[in-house]
This record gives sequence, C-alpha cells and structure tokens, in this order.
Amino acid sequence: MNTKRDEQWRVDLRAKIKAKDRTNLERVHMPELDPEYRSHIRNEEVNLGLTPEQAMAEAQRCLDCANPTCMEGCPVGIQIPDFIKQIETGNFLEAAKVLKLTSALPAVCGRVCPQERQCEERCIHLKMKKDAVAIGYLERFAADYERESGQISVPETAARNGIKIAVVGSGPAGLAFAGDMAKYGYEVHVFEALHEIGGVLKYGIPEFRLPNKIVDVEIENLKAMGVIFTNNCIIGKTIAIQELEENGYQGIFVASGAGLPRFMNIKGENLVGIMSSNEYLTRVNLMDAANPDSDTPVYKGKKVAVIGGGNTAMDSVRTARRLGAEKAMIVYRRSEEEMPARVEEVKHAKEEGIEFLTLHNPLEYIGDANGRVTHMILQEMELGEPDASGRRSPVEIPGKTKTVEVDEVIVSVGVSPNPLIKQSVPELEITKWGTLVVNQDTMQSVSIPIIFAGGDIVRGGATVILAMGDGRRAAKAMDEWIKSKG
Amino acid sequence: MNKIISKEYFSANVVKFVVEAPLIAKARRAGHFVIVRVGEKGERIPLTIADADISKGTITLVIQRMGVSSTKLCALEAGDYITDLVGPLGKATHIENFGTVVCACGGVGTAPMMPIVAALKKAGNKVITVLAARTKELIILEEQMRGYSDEVIVMTDDGSYGNKGLVTNGIEAVIQREKVDMCVTIGPAIMMKFVSILTKKYEIPTVASLNTIMVDGTGMCGACRVTIGGKTKFVCVDGPEFDAHQVDFDEMLMRLGGYKDQEKEEMEHKILHKK
Ligand SMILES: Cc1cc2nc3c(=O)[nH]c(=O)nc-3n(C[C@H](O)[C@H](O)[C@H](O)COP(=O)(O)OP(=O)(O)OC[C@H]3O[C@@H](n4cnc5c(N)ncnc54)[C@H](O)[C@@H]3O)c2cc1C
Ligand code: FES
Repeated sequence: MNTKRDEQWRVDLRAKIKAKDRTNLERVHMPELDPEYRSHIRNEEVNLGLTPEQAMAEAQRCLDCANPTCMEGCPVGIQIPDFIKQIETGNFLEAAKVLKLTSALPAVCGRVCPQERQCEERCIHLKMKKDAVAIGYLERFAADYERESGQISVPETAARNGIKIAVVGSGPAGLAFAGDMAKYGYEVHVFEALHEIGGVLKYGIPEFRLPNKIVDVEIENLKAMGVIFTNNCIIGKTIAIQELEENGYQGIFVASGAGLPRFMNIKGENLVGIMSSNEYLTRVNLMDAANPDSDTPVYKGKKVAVIGGGNTAMDSVRTARRLGAEKAMIVYRRSEEEMPARVEEVKHAKEEGIEFLTLHNPLEYIGDANGRVTHMILQEMELGEPDASGRRSPVEIPGKTKTVEVDEVIVSVGVSPNPLIKQSVPELEITKWGTLVVNQDTMQSVSIPIIFAGGDIVRGGATVILAMGDGRRAAKAMDEWIKSKG
Repeated sequence: MNKIISKEYFSANVVKFVVEAPLIAKARRAGHFVIVRVGEKGERIPLTIADADISKGTITLVIQRMGVSSTKLCALEAGDYITDLVGPLGKATHIENFGTVVCACGGVGTAPMMPIVAALKKAGNKVITVLAARTKELIILEEQMRGYSDEVIVMTDDGSYGNKGLVTNGIEAVIQREKVDMCVTIGPAIMMKFVSILTKKYEIPTVASLNTIMVDGTGMCGACRVTIGGKTKFVCVDGPEFDAHQVDFDEMLMRLGGYKDQEKEEMEHKILHKK
C-alpha cells in the first residue's frame, strides 16, 4: 500500500490534469550533442540532460497509477511515481531523496540502466500504444540537480560500533554495500586492485556516456561517511582472505566483478591489432592513452571491427570512432533485435556513423608479414530456433563467407569472473562458470559464512543496478548476521 | 604511494631501489612481480621483485633504463614516492633441488633473473649463470650474480669481454662439459627462442620467464596473452614462467613489436615537449 500516493498534494496534483491529457503529451527528447561533432570528441557526454522545464513537463506524463507496474520492472524497486510527482511540482531535491531511499547511485543508473527493458518496459503508456514515460531521464535529472545544487546530503550514519568490515572491489556492488554498512555504523574498508576507485564505472564505461566526475562525487560522499579506500591492493595477492579474518574483519563482501575477457579462440586472434574490449577501454579510459601526454599507447585504427553486441561493444566501437576510425563496424552474430546493448547506445552509435554487420560471425583473421591484422573472414548467419536464453540462435549459412579489410579488431564477446578470490580460498563454492555460490536472499556464501558476495562475481556480466541492489541486500543481511552472532 | 628508501647505481643504466611495501614484502616469493606507475600520466609497467625484507617492510627493484617509463622511474631519488605499486603478481617460481641448473640471461632479463639464481642456490642447486650481451658495457649485475652462482660465464657478441659468442654458445659449452638437469632463461624473446631450441635438442627441461606487454597485470585485459602448447595463456596470471619448449616465440616476437611505432612517437613527443 503506497500511503504517499494518498497524501492530499498528490491527490490534488492528479486532479489537475486529466489522465487522458497526460497520455496525449509527447515524450520529451533528450538534448544531445550533434552526432558529427561528437564523433570526434572523446570526453564530452552525448546526452546533455533535461532542463527543469523539460523535466517537469515530462513528469506530467506520468499517470501516478494506483498500481505502478513500472516499479515491478525496477530490480531495486525504486518508488518511481513518488519521485516523478516531486519533479512535477518542482521539488527536485525531494525527488532525489526519494531515489536515494532505494538507489545508491541514481546519477549513474539514470545514465546506464537498460530502462527500456526494466521500468519503462512496464509503463502503462505502452499499453495505450504511446511512448513510455522517460523514467531514466527523470532519474538522471533529479540526481544531477541535487549534485549540481551543491546541496548533496551526506547520509546520516549510526553511532560507530567499532566493527571492521572488508569490501573487495570498488565497483557499483562494493560502493553500494560500503554506503549502507557505513550508515549502519560499521568501520568499512574497501580494497581495490587498480589505482582508481570505481570498477567498471571508471575503467570500462567511457566519459562520453558516464563522466568520471559523477562517480567521484559518490566516492567523496562515501569518504565523508567514513568509508576507507585502499587502492593498489589485491585481496588474495597483497592480503589473503585469511589475513583479513585474522586482522579482525568480521565480514567480507566480495564484489570483485567479472573482469576476465573472453576470446573466441579462432585462427589469427593473437595477431597484432586484435585485443579485448577490456584492454582497449582500459587503455583509453583508465590510462588516458588517447591523450598525447599519457605514456600508455593505444592503436588508432582506421578500419576497426568490434565483435559483439553488448554495451561494451558499443562503448568500444564509439570510442574507436572518436579516436579517428573512418570505418567503425559492429560484427554481431545475431540480429539487431537480440542485441543486449541498451537501445539508446545502438541509436547513438548509428547516428555516429557506425556500421552494423549483424548476422555475421568472425571465422578467422589474416595478418601481414609483421603479424598485423589486415583482414577478417566473416561467416554469414541466419536465425534459427530460440535457445535457452529465449533468443533465436544464429546458425551458419553454409558456404557464405566474406572477407573484410580491417586494421584493428576489438573482441567484446563477454567476460568471466575473476578467479583470484577462489584461488585464495579454495574451499569457496563456485559454479562451473566460476561465479560464487551465495544464498539469493542474503548474498551470503553457502560455504564460508564470513564471506558475502554480489554483483558480476555472482551473476557473471550483468548490470550496474543489479550489482548495486546486491550490495544493498548483502549489507542488510550481513548486519543482521553479525548482530545475531552477538 | 610507496616511498623509496634507498637508491643505488649498479651501472650507469641500472638502478637498484629499496621501496617501502610491507604487505608485498610479506606475501612475495621468488618469481613474483609488481606493477608500477610513475606519475599521473604514467604507464603501468611490470617489474620483478628482486628481493624483500619482511622485518623492514621493504622490497628491492632493479631497473634497467630502457624506454619512457623506466627512464622516469630511474630519475626518482631516495625519499621520493612511486605513484602506484601493486603486487605481488604472477605465479612464484617453482624452486627445488634439481641438481645442476643453467641460468641464461641477457639484456632486460638479467635483473629479474637475480632472485631466481639466489633462490635456486639456496635450495641446494649447483647454479651456473650465463650472462650475455652485445658488448662489454652492456654486461650488468655480474658481481651480484657471482655472489649467488657457483660459476658465471660471460658471453659478448663482439668478444670485448668474457668469451666471444652468443648465449647459446655459453650454454652448449656447459652441456658438453657436464650433466645439466634444468635450464632457466630470461631475456629478449629472440634470445629465449634460441635457448629453447638448443635445450630442446639436448632434452633439458627449460623454463622461460616471459616479458610481454602488460596493462593491468591481473588478468583483466589479455594484452599479455601468449600461445603455450597451442593454448592462449595470460602471462600475468598463468605465468610469467612457462615450459620454454611449449612457447610460441614467433607469435610472442610479433606481438612485442606491436606498439613499436607508438613507443617511438611517444619518445619523440616527450623529447619534443621537454623543457
Ligand atoms: C564497457 C562496459 C559497459 C557497460 N555498460 C553498462 C550499462 O550501460 N549499463 C549497465 O547496467 N551495465 C553496464 N555494464 C556492466 C556493469 O558495469 C557491471 O555489471 C557492473 O559494473 C558490475 O559491478 P561490480 O561491482 O560487480 O563489479 P566491477 O564494476 O567489475 O568492479 C569490480 C572491482 O573489483 C576489483 N577487484 C577485482 N578483484 C579484486 C581483488 N582480488 N582485490 C581487490 N579488488 C579487486 C576490480 O579491479 C574492479 O575495480 C558495462 C560493463 C562494461 C565493461
Ligand atoms: S596484463 Fe592484462 S591480462 Fe595480463
């Protein structure tokens, strides 16, 4: 029962505009950088964000349903109508507060969540053949407004209880967990293997989609709440899990992500100029390799093929375009409909002149005398029966291949969990995919109770919002578990 | 940030640093390496841990000045801080008493060989070290190696010092003289390739420590991938040491050449923009 919906101001607000009129309003268009301009600019965010007027107008489209189905689509159950109606009345800071009740990283999720498959997919408007309310844009608006207002609130923390907790990894799962545990009063130490805090949000997702400064604000906030970050520290290498226990940590949250790149193991894949999307994006994002002052080199291919159809593939191909590729191609073995990438990323990529070779799969790469890739041989595919994931599986069309000229190939066909923690604690139970086995409700390891885990290390390559949700659930459960131990 | 406790020159281009890193000092074994970054624009480069002192909480790094990053590192002084230092990484060397071991190294491989020679000696092996270089000036760490080895054979291409000839001539002379149970080789890929061909001929088990390009050093990027016995492996997590007879050195050589052009541009850019 949503009592907020029955508050007088909400009742009055609903009465102000007829539902039918709300439905007839057009969905807002996100202001964007010009595609030609942005294909050459590496560090400017493509989506510019809504103005307050645009946000308030878009908020009017929301019917404030008695039974808001959008919320069922949200993996963390954000009180969607509650925050949208605050925007409609111009109470942007209140809207941000509502978001923060459930989401630790609204400015991030508003930018990178696949809304069209979550909240917006369930919006009532779709049933009436209208565009969904732009929930993601509004989420981003409220979070940005709060941050830019300078009135960002550092959440209150309970009295310190002196209990030390360790977090392995500083991606969205680790950050969300750390925030909640700090609120509960724990002394939280986050250990990060890389020199930067933020996980995929920093080394993976490019600046043109998620500016670093947004992630940094969240990290600063956590520091203000007393969370201690240690970079350049690999749990399982620099410090063993056992040592953490011996040093008095009473709970360990493993959020080490799925950082291992997969390759296809086809002929020629180790040629010069062929690399994983992790390598490519790490060079450009973490090491700033495209900046002439950076010591780290990066290829700037003219004819670049990116293999895969996920967000990582889109980020790589759009980065290649920005680094000067005249021809930047996506090679994907299914059709566009099956692509796991966010719809908006595909749209942006197309506007930026990215070519889509769907229903094509690389068979082999060919190189020159120096071992540099020069061509790829592609197998043409067609769609067959749906597979276990429900997507129609691609099948080869016998005899149909083509050869395409390339000077750089970025392989983006998925990632596997990092095996370091398992190597450090051999008794830890994992699946055959290498993900940690945890209780789905508490995120507690089924084999070693002091260990909780969440995010990609449990799910394989998943999403920011799921990682964040795991972090929050784990925090709640660990708090209860520690208290129950007395 | 890790503080440099002391700096010492082994030769004009070879520097020894003792660096504060208590956790790494405690966790490291022979063969492990660290990733180091100097300055906010710095590159992440792998360096073998030459030695460690658990009680003082320090590790020793030996750096040969080569490209942009090692030059930056060598320019630091005692009291300065290394921006980032992470480790220990990779798998430790498998050390046991094999009997007689030939340790063949040259160029960039000499510094990382030092701790392995020391550990092999400590385990009771008879250690014969073959130090190779193009010419006399490029022979480094000879004195240190003598301290850990039963015998040191110096080879120079031009005969300006020690024996004239390649590293493989030095190894072969030993093999013809006495029974060799094991060979360890670290150096330029081309050198390791020929050492591997030689020891294969004599069926002597050989370990090569590969120095590929790396970025993160934790298995995250695949920049360091090599083919071992037909399978792709990541040097930073599966290595750095592999059965030399299984390594596809030709592919490794090709991949090492990958960033040559950029590296050159990089150097030129740095020289051009230096005040
Ligand atoms: C390029 C790219 C684009 C993406 N785009 C989207 C998108 O648009 N929308 C979306 O929802 N999701 C997206 N994702 C997926 C999303 O980023 C991940 O699902 C999410 O980041 C997982 O969070 P996490 O906290 O589990 O792990 P990560 O973000 O991977 O963080 C794990 C951290 O742990 C560190 N670590 C690992 N092992 C250790 C150790 N032993 N000791 C210490 N530290 C360790 C790692 O260095 C890393 O920083 C994208 C992923 C990539 C790579
Ligand atoms: S250096 Fe990145 S995986 Fe080895």
